Formats: sequence, C-alpha cells, structure tokens
Amino acid sequence: MELAFSADQSVLFDAFAQFFTRESASTVVRRAEPLGFDPSLWAALSAMEVWGSDASLADLCVIGETVGRSCAPVPFVEHAVVTRLLGWSALVAGDSIGALSPRPADGAGSWALVPAGAVADVVVGMDGDDFVAVTAPPPFSGPRNHACAPLADRSTRLGERIVIGDQADFDTAMAQWQVLTASTMVGIASAALEMGVAYVMQRQQFGVPIGSFQSVQHSLADLPGRIDGARLLTHQAANALDSAVPGACDAANNDITDSYSLAAMAFLFSSEIAADATARSLHVHGGYGFSEEYDIQLAYRRARGWALVIGDPAEVRMDLAARFWPSTAGR
Amino acid sequence: MDFSLPSAVQTYRDQVRSIVATHHTAETMLRQHTSGTFNNPELNRALAAAGLIERAVPGLGAGDPIELWVLFNEMEKAGAPLDALAMAVMIAGVVHHVGTPAQKAAVIPAVTSGEALICLGYSEADAGSDLASLTTRAERDGDQWVINGAKMWTTMAHEARWVILLARTDTSLPRHRGLTMFLLPMDTPGVRVDPVHTMATERTNATFYDDVRVGDECVLGDVNGGWKVMSIALSFERGVMGGTNPGVPLLRHTMRWAQDSGRIEESAVRETLVRVAIDNHVAALLTQRSAWIAASGGLPGLEGSMTKLFASEAYQQASRWCQEMAGAQGLLQFGQSGAAADGFIEYDARHSPVTTIYGGTSEILRNNIAERHLGLPRVRR
Repeated sequence: MELAFSADQSVLFDAFAQFFTRESASTVVRRAEPLGFDPSLWAALSAMEVWGSDASLADLCVIGETVGRSCAPVPFVEHAVVTRLLGWSALVAGDSIGALSPRPADGAGSWALVPAGAVADVVVGMDGDDFVAVTAPPPFSGPRNHACAPLADRSTRLGERIVIGDQADFDTAMAQWQVLTASTMVGIASAALEMGVAYVMQRQQFGVPIGSFQSVQHSLADLPGRIDGARLLTHQAANALDSAVPGACDAANNDITDSYSLAAMAFLFSSEIAADATARSLHVHGGYGFSEEYDIQLAYRRARGWALVIGDPAEVRMDLAARFWPSTAGR
Repeated sequence: MDFSLPSAVQTYRDQVRSIVATHHTAETMLRQHTSGTFNNPELNRALAAAGLIERAVPGLGAGDPIELWVLFNEMEKAGAPLDALAMAVMIAGVVHHVGTPAQKAAVIPAVTSGEALICLGYSEADAGSDLASLTTRAERDGDQWVINGAKMWTTMAHEARWVILLARTDTSLPRHRGLTMFLLPMDTPGVRVDPVHTMATERTNATFYDDVRVGDECVLGDVNGGWKVMSIALSFERGVMGGTNPGVPLLRHTMRWAQDSGRIEESAVRETLVRVAIDNHVAALLTQRSAWIAASGGLPGLEGSMTKLFASEAYQQASRWCQEMAGAQGLLQFGQSGAAADGFIEYDARHSPVTTIYGGTSEILRNNIAERHLGLPRVRR
C-alpha cells in the first residue's frame, strides 16, 4: 500500500515539472495561441523519450499532471494514447503526431472537432464498426475555441486508412484518454490553487492581504482535499488499466475496481475539480483574473476545453450508470 | 501508488464484514431508531470475541492504524452504528498511552471485550468550536478534586461506564494550559445525565457535575495537561474512525428505491446516483490515504480535515439530492407505507446536517486547511 507517488514517480514528477517550467512558461503558452501547439516544445518533449519508453499509464499520469500544471501547448494525451496503441516508430520519435477522435465518423466520413486534430498526422477513431487509423497531412489550423486547443475536423476518406481494431479496442483507448486527461486536470487544478494562494497573499485591500479574510480562505480551503482525491482516483484508474485485471462494479458497497469505471470516474471528478478550482482562483484574483494579463485565465479555459472535447460529461455519467446498473438501459 | 490491501488486512476486513452482516440486522436497526441509542452491544461483543477490537486499538493493537480504518469503514458502509464503539476504542488508546497501570487495567479489557463504552465530556453549552473557553472546574480539596460544571453533547453518557471530562484546574494559567482530563466513572455521585433529543432520533445528553468528589486516580495524564491528552485522542482518531463514508448506505438505499420504483430507468436519477457513487469512492480513497500516512509514521491531521470536509459536505449534498428525487415518498418515515427505501432516505435528510458540525465544523476544518496547508495568515484568536 502506498497512497502517494512512489520514489521513482516523485523523481519523474520533479523532472517534468522542471522541464515544463523551463520550456513552457506562460509566454510560450500565450505565443502558441490560438492554435495551441508549439513545435519546438514538442520537439524538446519528444527528445525526453517519453513516447518510446515502456512507461506505465500511471507514470504517464505523473507526467500528465505536469503538462496540466503548465497548460503546455502539446497534444500529450492524444499522442500518448495513439503511440501506445500503434507503436509506430515515427510516433515514438515524435516525428509524427497522433490524435484520437472521441466521436465516431458521421455518414460522410467526418470526425468532428478531433482533439489534436489540427496537428496530427495520424487520427484514430471509430468508422462504422471499425476502429481505424487514418494517416494524412494535418491542416495546422482549426476553429478558434475556448481552450485554444488544436481541434479540427478530420476525414476518414482522405489519406491512408487502415483498420486497427473494433469497438472494444476503441473503448480501451478512450479509457486511457480519460485517465490521462484526468491527470492533466489534476495538474491544472493544483496550479490554479497555487496561483490563487500566491495572489491573495500579495494583493492588499483594506490594508491587509486579502488572503487574511476568512471568506477568501474558505473558498480556497475546499480545494486541496478534492484535488488530492482526484489524483488518488486518477492513479487508481491508471493502475487498474495497467494491470488489466477484471474488477468489481459494486457501487452499492463502494467497491469499484473495474478499470473502465475508474477511468470514467477519474475523468469526471478531476475535470469537475479543475473547472471549480480555476473558477475559484480566478474569482479571488478579482478583475485581474478576468484580464488577459494574468495566467489564471489560461488555466480556466483549458480546464474546460481539454475535458469538454469528448462531449457532455452527462454522457460519461450515463456510460458509468450502464456499468453500475447494466440490467437497465437508461433513456 | 499502490492501493491494494495486504492479505492480512483483507482477512481482517472479511472477518469484520461477516460479523457485521450477522449482527447488524433489521431488528437492531429498528431498535436503534426506536430507542435513539445508536449502539449495537451484540455487534460490539461479537467483534470483540473475534479479537477484532483489540487489534485495532490506536497505539496498542497489532493492526492499528490500517485495521482501525478498515473496522470502522466496514461498519459505516454497512450502516451499522459505530460512534459509541469508536469513542471507546479511541479512549482506550489514550489510556494505554497516558493512563496509570490501574486505569489501563480497568479500561482496556473492558473496551476490547466490547463491554464498556466511554463518552466524551468536552463541549459545553457555551464552549463548542472554541473549546478552550470551557468553564467546568475541578478544584483541589485536600487530596480530592471537586468537580462542578455541565457538558453538552455527551452522546452515550446514559450507557457509558466512564466519561473523559475536560475541566479547568488552574484559572491563573493561559486557557489551554489550565485544563486537566479526568477519567470519571459515570456512577460517581453527583453525576447526572439528562437526555437531549435530536432531529435524527439519535439521543445525546447534557451531563451535570455537582460537587463530584474524586481522587487523583481519576486524573488522566498530567494535571494541567488536559489539552495535550485531548490532542493525543485527536491524533489517534486520524479521521479513520468513521464519518467519511455515510454516503454509502445512502446510495444503497436510494438505489433500492430507484429499482423498486422503476425510476432507475430515468437518466436524471442515474446521473445523480453516479455522482454520489463517485463522491463515496473518493471519500474512501482519502480515508485510506490518512490510514496509510498514519501507518507510515505520519500524523494525517490535515489530510483528515480535508477528508472530513469533503466527505461530510458531499454526503449532505447527496442526501438532499436523494430526498428530492424520491419526492413525496422521500418525506415518509420508517414504518410508513410507501416510504422511499423504507424511510432511510428521509432519515438521512435528518441525520446529514449534524455531520458538518460534529467532530469539527466545516468552518474550523477550513480554517485549519487555510492556515496550516495553504499557509494563509492566521486571523483568529
């Protein structure tokens, strides 16, 4: 039993937190807007050999938290999932970028608003009953969006299309996407809380730091326990996906060890705390939090955007309900 | 991270589960809700007979703190009454730590056999979150102490063999330092127990101490060291002795209502149940973390505050959601025809308000977290 990062994971966290602090300062994040991709940061990250290592999903979640902390403009989550899935050498090297469409292709063969779709050379997703990978040059542009995320519509009919699996394989990839996204949400939430604490200590009103006011303190004090809970749940989900041992789905007795359920739970809980932490932190910044100049707005927008790309969280809750209460279909 | 339980702990958990399943029954539940005494002596004795309580006593038992957490979490998930046993087990740990040989010999076997309960005489009518303002006094008279005062919220005082009573023994000292803890038999002349009935049926008490005369054998720890003794009790509690998973029986009962009523088909109901399930799961993980920190030699005081804050606020929210979903049937109480989940949903709506008050209000917990975890300025006192 160890309910904290292992010694190795702590080393990993520190190394990547330092890397992103150095390479992905908020000036870099801002410069990458609106596309949300920085090629030199991508090259530097790929040079760290993150994709080629046989890192566990849990270890990737440690790195994912540091990605979230810095709002790094790189498609970490999508590329990690696709590289684990396909293992192609160009992906491993980072010379080619992978993306995952959370939605199936429509009748015209179009995947709408694919996260990382604007920069990906390889897009995987469902096309009819097939889980396919389509290789085509990325557009390097997409619709302007809330998170300045590299979203784009992609087609299954342009480029080279190969079948890589079925719905079950897609579901596995999606669970990995959920848990890695959860890790980035934990990072965004932690960083947002730290930004809020730093600001309320520095900002003076009525002759004292606003952080000395109990109402301000209490708004922030709700957060660390929920952030810690999100991190624990994310790593429990990652471990479960890594071990691939069948688990329980017994919500009535609080006994849920099924990896797919845990991944969805981690995604939901972490994205909710990230949305809440960034909103509270922005609020205690007062008008400055609303201004472009302060970094909290970068975190606020990504907390929503990086999670909402898969759709209404209510749908994820309904998927979970189908696992917990499979005898009924829901409506 | 590694969330798996060692096999010995799994065995312990399975034993607890099995005993709880046998001795926590519809009849014992009905009895507690009728009498207002939320304690199950048969269950306590059965756990004791299997040696499961002794293993868990803080600072003493071979399984502490992991099995301490498992014991009370299993009881809580099952909806079994646990506060009475938890107080007794916690104080047994304190007695083991600071008690005299005579106190240890009297208290520890009485608790680990499941026979004796101990209530907490901390709060007073005018001293709650600001406990150090308490006014119950113990004055020297020769080799005796004469205790006068009154305590509030002395739950289980009407069944307990002892009360641990925090009293002011030196008014000249700063207020935290002039306090002494007494371990007082409840049958000592001058002790009176008046019931205080609560919205949730659970009976608590006001206790009165009028010229109660005891000797030094009733002092627990050092004279004027009472605050420290209370801190030891808190450090033994570590947030792992129940109170962080009340949402589990709530969810189970609401699931049963949803299935019985056919409402389980509705997406709004399913979504709400999922939300409650996730919060329950996170609360359990945070509690497990506190136990793990304690097992690793740490003091999870702040983590316990975070856990209790999250768990009790989430439970209160969930209780409201569940009652709302059940609508008019969610208003019906135990024994009423058509009551949602036989009245358990209505019960939770009455019980949940106290959970953000007792054991440290949400406001006090947020103060702790803000000052000691976030490093924000200390602004009170």
